[in-house]
Amino acid sequence: MGLKTVAETIKEVTRNHLTKNHGLLLGESITAVGWVNNTVPDCPGIVELPMTDVAGAGIAVGAALVGRRPIFVIRFQDFLILNGSPLIFYAAKTKELHDKSAPVFVRAIGADGLGPVHSGILHSIFMHFPGFRICSPMTPGEYEEIWENFLANDDPMIVSEHRASYGNTQELNDRIVDNADITLYAISSVRFELHKAAETLEAEGIKCNLVHLLWLKPFVVTERLTEPLLQSKKGVVIDPGYEIAGASQSLAYELNQATGCKVKALGLYDRSKCLCPPLQNKAPDAARIYETVKMLLNE
Amino acid sequence: MRSSTFGIIPGLSNTINQDISLEIFRRMCRVRYFEKGLIEAVKNGAITYPIYLSSGQESIAAAMSLVIPEFMIFAQHRCHATYLSFGGDTGRLKDELFGLPGGTSGGRAGSNCIQCHENNITMYGHHGLIGENVPLAVGAALGSGKPAVSFFGDGATEEDYVFAAMGFAVSQKLPVLFVCEDNNLSILTKVDVRRSWSMTNVAQALGMPAVDITDDPWTIYRKVQEFKKNLPAFMNIYTCRENWHMGTGTDGKPEWDRFSLVKDECNKRGLAKEICQIEKETQDQMKELWD
Repeated sequence: MGLKTVAETIKEVTRNHLTKNHGLLLGESITAVGWVNNTVPDCPGIVELPMTDVAGAGIAVGAALVGRRPIFVIRFQDFLILNGSPLIFYAAKTKELHDKSAPVFVRAIGADGLGPVHSGILHSIFMHFPGFRICSPMTPGEYEEIWENFLANDDPMIVSEHRASYGNTQELNDRIVDNADITLYAISSVRFELHKAAETLEAEGIKCNLVHLLWLKPFVVTERLTEPLLQSKKGVVIDPGYEIAGASQSLAYELNQATGCKVKALGLYDRSKCLCPPLQNKAPDAARIYETVKMLLNE
Repeated sequence: MRSSTFGIIPGLSNTINQDISLEIFRRMCRVRYFEKGLIEAVKNGAITYPIYLSSGQESIAAAMSLVIPEFMIFAQHRCHATYLSFGGDTGRLKDELFGLPGGTSGGRAGSNCIQCHENNITMYGHHGLIGENVPLAVGAALGSGKPAVSFFGDGATEEDYVFAAMGFAVSQKLPVLFVCEDNNLSILTKVDVRRSWSMTNVAQALGMPAVDITDDPWTIYRKVQEFKKNLPAFMNIYTCRENWHMGTGTDGKPEWDRFSLVKDECNKRGLAKEICQIEKETQDQMKELWD
């Protein structure tokens, strides 16, 4: 059992940054309604922005330009659509164009089952543009790792968080088995579904390698990622975002190119998320992962 | 309302120190004759990248740079005058326009993205989304506590994030001077076709001092001196660009030619000899630069 939850880790990292590192935290409605799922400490350095999504991101980027390494909180990833322009068009470009960096740490919080405007997972959009580091930490140790990475580099970072992780105290480790039939790669919240899916599959004699993906960009294809796939010959990349032109397809392609193995992408269906079942279009769960693997193995 | 005389404070050219008047003119010349060389370089095919000329609008940055040289600068896409007036190097600007490694951004950015981080100048490059530099300036002032000036055009005032950032600057009492270089054109669409309201009224409604004036450099100089002590503040300055939105073409004579008007005013003040000398020196320097 770990000592801290992900939420407590975020809070601690933030407190240190604001009190010891001259950092800033900016966002909308930060100090109300649970202090962003209890991830924000009550300390100096917090700037409440008005409800101005585009300008708010620009203000955060401006603070990054002058060296404050701001944490910019976006309570629901859907709002990245509005906040995206200063991040994409300025923060991500300025280092390459001008050799002047704008390291802003964007806490983009994902969720599921909250209807059409609060359930989006949008990290894929940002993967398209040069200049970002993009990750999706789901454990306390991963959060500490990506924070250190942010401090050690000067790129803007999109941190695709997920509410499903905030109570988690456990590290999520890869599990590689002999003679696996399939390798499952998972991103963000669907990582919590992997073991359940594997148990169901293994009950039918289908052995699964489980590989957890923290970094979406840069996505470095290491032996840790390729070896299990070369052994199983088939794989699936699972992401809680949209499948078409999304992280799952992009990373599946990278893995396929690196190994020659068949790798399928599994993400959201190509339709809007709605509030109520059966139209929620929720992130792939254990049952959908099971079905996808069965289909792939039968091809 | 928009005119070459709107809001001019009478007699200022006589009361402001002559050295200031001459330095304003010197900076205007620097921009005008740099761009004359640039226009020739475009016409003879030496430069093929897109360019955004400041000619016609020189007086604004020329006057401001003498009052607020220490401010962080967040320029708009039409930024040659800003860069050169605040002290940027003509050779580096030329290199940038040619896409050479010696340019202000190593030749990677181009005419509408000029930056400067040397010789005590802090000027951030623009990336093409009009008005984006307004929230950036506000954030930089918030993060550093240092004063900033944000230049933008009349089209940018219509971007929603410009209002929002200006409002935030008021709420947080941030030291930002917002300057609209109002040439009445978004590409070629005039202000009164696009909107029925005044950005100066909006700025005042947000709670900051604001003024509409024409691009008389002495009036700008005096108003910036006043506003500098009471930031955030907004200035809408009527001006005329000589050339197209992009490129070297023209659509006939502009509404007024501030460069000539400033020369006339200096002549009236008995500075004819000095301004002739400044103009000649600058022409020679720029000829040498572009030859």
